[in-house]
Amino acid sequence: MTVLRPRVIPCLLLNDESLVKTVKFGAYTYIGDPVNTVRIFNELEVDELAFLDITASRQSRRPNFKILENIANECFMPLAYGGGICDIEDVGRIFSIGFEKVAINSHAIRNPAFITQVADIYGSQSLIGSIDARKNLWGRYEVFSHGGTKKDSRNPLEWAQELERLGAGELLLTSMDQDGTWTGYDIKLTQSVTSKVNVPVIANGGAGTVRHIGDVIKKGGASAAAVGSIVVFQGKGLGVLVSFPSKQELKDCLA
Amino acid sequence: MLTVVDYGMGNLGSIVNMFRKIGVQTVVAVDPAGIERADKLLLPGVGAFDTAMARIEQQGLLELLNHKVLVEEVPILGICLGMQLLTESSEEGTLPGLGWIPAKTLAFKGRIDTVRYKVPHMGWNTVEMHRESPLTAGFESFEEHRFYFVHSYFVQCDDDRHSILKTAYGLRFDSAVQNGNIYGAQFHPEKSHAFGMQLFRNFARL
Repeated sequence: MTVLRPRVIPCLLLNDESLVKTVKFGAYTYIGDPVNTVRIFNELEVDELAFLDITASRQSRRPNFKILENIANECFMPLAYGGGICDIEDVGRIFSIGFEKVAINSHAIRNPAFITQVADIYGSQSLIGSIDARKNLWGRYEVFSHGGTKKDSRNPLEWAQELERLGAGELLLTSMDQDGTWTGYDIKLTQSVTSKVNVPVIANGGAGTVRHIGDVIKKGGASAAAVGSIVVFQGKGLGVLVSFPSKQELKDCLA
Repeated sequence: MLTVVDYGMGNLGSIVNMFRKIGVQTVVAVDPAGIERADKLLLPGVGAFDTAMARIEQQGLLELLNHKVLVEEVPILGICLGMQLLTESSEEGTLPGLGWIPAKTLAFKGRIDTVRYKVPHMGWNTVEMHRESPLTAGFESFEEHRFYFVHSYFVQCDDDRHSILKTAYGLRFDSAVQNGNIYGAQFHPEKSHAFGMQLFRNFARL
């Protein structure tokens, strides 16, 4: 029986029309034009791409459909989008543009029934429940929404289980503390969730080497690893360079 | 012209764009008038079985699709949920399918070890060539055959001769099917790079 190759997903951040990269959800660096970046990822034959508009919810902005359409037109790989999705019409429009999945974070916290509504109409496989988590001073994980600006009373594990129950087909679990640090994923956070849910979990935040990807899949139990900095920068503190680990490197890190 | 049926179940943009990329013109049809003129049909679909069947019915497409496919014998390719709709029934819903291929759509849940094989089956997976078909012509030239899948239900043909590709995911299911002019692919060719382009090229050449 074939076991799926673990997915490695460039998670690209939109600030409305431009592509940016963050450190711990702040300190934006401008990366470039999203459509040009997609063309490069096409050539690199990556597993799939995720785009998150990280300022949409906090600016009460709807998804930028024009940019999403331009992205989908150029992209011959699976695509996910998250950011500012507040109603079922937005979801339908994103799918008709050519995205396979939507990621929902802030609006699920405001209105959990929205997850079930999307799942009932479009199926769970199209729906990513997105969780941003940060450790507080006492080392307890807390959930944040609106691009990390609003704290919620839930903890990541109970919210993950709730999202699964409501109908999310997979979960995107982002460590705000590790985001943009190049120091590795939060294995503990990832493991605490993957051991208690049945849906696939995409770990996000902190990848700095290919070995980190192997670790979060093997030790953290993640079904997929999202990568940011390592695919848009030449190295930590260095300039923009869009790249992707080779098939051999990915094979080796999972061995 | 190759006509993509739009019944409000998503995913059309990328299909149209991949055909454009390989130099094949398509039109998107929402109503019977658009489908009437088709000499080839593509039935996409992302979502739930009953919602899809109900929309086909509500848009007044059911009778016309039956005529185009069964009487005019226009080639049709169902993709993902679109392939499942070609079968007689689905465990996802209670409405009957189009029934153009003697096959059933079954749930992974309860049939595979869902701890090891998470559901939905989501991601790239390989296909095995099971039976020769014009839809998979030229596949031999690829070192591997892999496609992008996203689904919680799978198709099982009553008659194995209708299966052209098989994929293993906890069990072996029919990942592409053919019954005469009726074709289906469980995976998403439009999201599968070179592999998908080859399959679309083959369909466009029929």
